[in-house]
Amino acid sequence: MLLAVIIFNFILLSLVPGDIADTLAGESGGASQEVMDDIRRTYGLDRPFHIQLATYVGKVLQGDLGTSYYFNLPVTELILGRVAPTLLLVVTALVLAILIGTLFGVIASRKPNKLFSHFVTVLALVGFSAPVFWTAFLLIVLFVAMLEIMPLSGLVDPTTPRGTLAWYLDVLHHLFLPVLSLSSIYLAAYSRLARASMMDVLGSDYIRTARAKGLGETTVTYKHALRNAVIPVITIAGLQFSHIFSGAVVVETVFTWPGLGTLAFESILRGDTPTIMGILFFSAMIVIIVNLLTDIAYRVVDPRIRSARNA
Amino acid sequence: MQTAAPLLEVEGLEVEFRTRQGIARVLDGVTLSLKPGQTLGIVGESGCGKSMTALSIMRLVPTPPGRIGAGAVRLKGENLLQASEARMREVRGKDISMIFQEPMTSLNPVYSIGDQIAETVRLHERLSRRASLERAVNMLKAVHIPAAERRVREFPHQMSGGMRQRVMIAMALACRPSVLIADEPTTALDVTVQAQVFDLLKEMQEKTGTAIILISHDMGAIAEMADRVIVMYAGRVVEEAATDEILESPKHPYTRGLIACVPHMEEQPPPERGALTEIPGVVPSLAALGAGCSFAPRCSHADDLCRRQAPQPFTVGTDRRTACWLYDEPGAP
Ligand SMILES: Nc1ncnc2c1ncn2[C@@H]1O[C@H](COP(=O)(O)OP(=O)(O)OP(=O)(O)O)[C@@H](O)[C@H]1O
Ligand SMILES: [Mg+2]
Repeated sequence: MLLAVIIFNFILLSLVPGDIADTLAGESGGASQEVMDDIRRTYGLDRPFHIQLATYVGKVLQGDLGTSYYFNLPVTELILGRVAPTLLLVVTALVLAILIGTLFGVIASRKPNKLFSHFVTVLALVGFSAPVFWTAFLLIVLFVAMLEIMPLSGLVDPTTPRGTLAWYLDVLHHLFLPVLSLSSIYLAAYSRLARASMMDVLGSDYIRTARAKGLGETTVTYKHALRNAVIPVITIAGLQFSHIFSGAVVVETVFTWPGLGTLAFESILRGDTPTIMGILFFSAMIVIIVNLLTDIAYRVVDPRIRSARNA
Repeated sequence: MQTAAPLLEVEGLEVEFRTRQGIARVLDGVTLSLKPGQTLGIVGESGCGKSMTALSIMRLVPTPPGRIGAGAVRLKGENLLQASEARMREVRGKDISMIFQEPMTSLNPVYSIGDQIAETVRLHERLSRRASLERAVNMLKAVHIPAAERRVREFPHQMSGGMRQRVMIAMALACRPSVLIADEPTTALDVTVQAQVFDLLKEMQEKTGTAIILISHDMGAIAEMADRVIVMYAGRVVEEAATDEILESPKHPYTRGLIACVPHMEEQPPPERGALTEIPGVVPSLAALGAGCSFAPRCSHADDLCRRQAPQPFTVGTDRRTACWLYDEPGAP
């Protein structure tokens, strides 16, 4: 599986016109053919395609993702340095989207004809149709330009001493807008999904049974209905994780958040193939890990899956 | 038994549903009474309001679109239609329990059956977790679920339909309710299991003394289980009598048709399909009911009076009533 991803990425990227020699030549204001050939030789780009591929796969299997053309650093090291901010962004956005989205959906489902329910429908429509970068710019205009209460970009104010409480708070402060932009789409999608799923569950026979037992509406909703209604949300959240990752590229770029997304974006512009491939490989790994986590979440929530897998 | 005060009385119950075709009067003046330990059967074609009667007693009619318009539901004299929602939560599951037609979907798939039974007990009797789980095990034993100690931790999907219906019965009876409403408890089960469930209901009734309202299409089951029967048609009670009376001498034309429809098991099976009797016509749309008797369009005895005015229930003999103009004057057929 991972191997297929590696090979596929490699082939795809080798189809892209231009290489590191072009980039370096471009940056230094032009270079002679000999210099460019020289560069290509250093990076092994003159060798036949299948040899290049075999060499790369062999290295990756040993945990070596190669060296960034641009930074001249091992790609693994480069990526690991950027993982934490991205995970912070993506995971916070996802968790918020799931929690708040589900909560909105539940509240909306209990009174399907009330104002709040219509609000959720509209929110879902707007959130889902608005492009992330547009939401991000809108938030910047509102919070940074007009209200002036949020920083424009970066991970943290560089003057704050690292590791202190103030530092953490400053990171949170910087995190606010990127997370809000990134989670907006998913918040919208999950609240709509949770609402539909809850309404479905609330009409089911076992909810009628729960009411016939004399349980109050709160117990019926949050104990008997929610646990069933959340199953589709988990499914979609798991499936969409790769999606939210690509959303992160846009958000990171807009807010110059020093994560994998910014690195990917810049590396693509620079034709820094090893870095791009490293990031793609890494993303694939994360997606696989997330699928595993989704599976575990399923098992916790749904006993039918627990016993089906154990059998 | 004749002298015992009624445990549950329903009087003039009206339920309306808002539908696209207008207001449908789903129940119209439903009246019934149930004595302690008795079994009352409710029969009638699909859509005549049997389930709605049951849900109204529990005050679980989905509102909106439904609405209980008028009437009274008295449990030991207390009018439940005027009780607070909090009081109703006390009544449900403790005084009146209900089991449903669909055992496959009536249990929550994500909680173990033990938890689901214990939940009722904890709610109504404020027992500890341990004690209520113990009660759950005992209830499972009472409904003859083998290896109850192990089964109590299992989930609904690990059980068959018949088993799940036993669990539903265990759950419904866990707090020893005085009334158990069983809404077609065996319709979704296969025939051999049906008989077992009815036997179980009877056995549990003997043990606990609970009164049962049994809703069923199955005349055979009604004949075996019920002391009294009410027959419903298009939201109204058209006949009420003791079970043997109704089986031997049905009065209302609809009841006669209904009983004629039951194939007689002892006799040879009918030679061709057409030989099975059926009542001609269909149940009218509830939104389009006129002023007359709702059965008139399908009734061979119908005359002008029937089409103009709906009959009130007339008392026939000592303890039976029927809503048909034929029985207006004493001594009629
Ligand atoms: N949500 C609803 N909206 C509109 N009408 C409804 C609704 N629920 C039930 N009804 C109507 O109420 C009437 C009585 O339904 P009920 O479920 O009580 O029938 P039943 O006698 O139990 O039938 P069955 O034997 O099929 O279970 C039906 O005519 C049905 O169309
Ligand atoms: Mg029904």
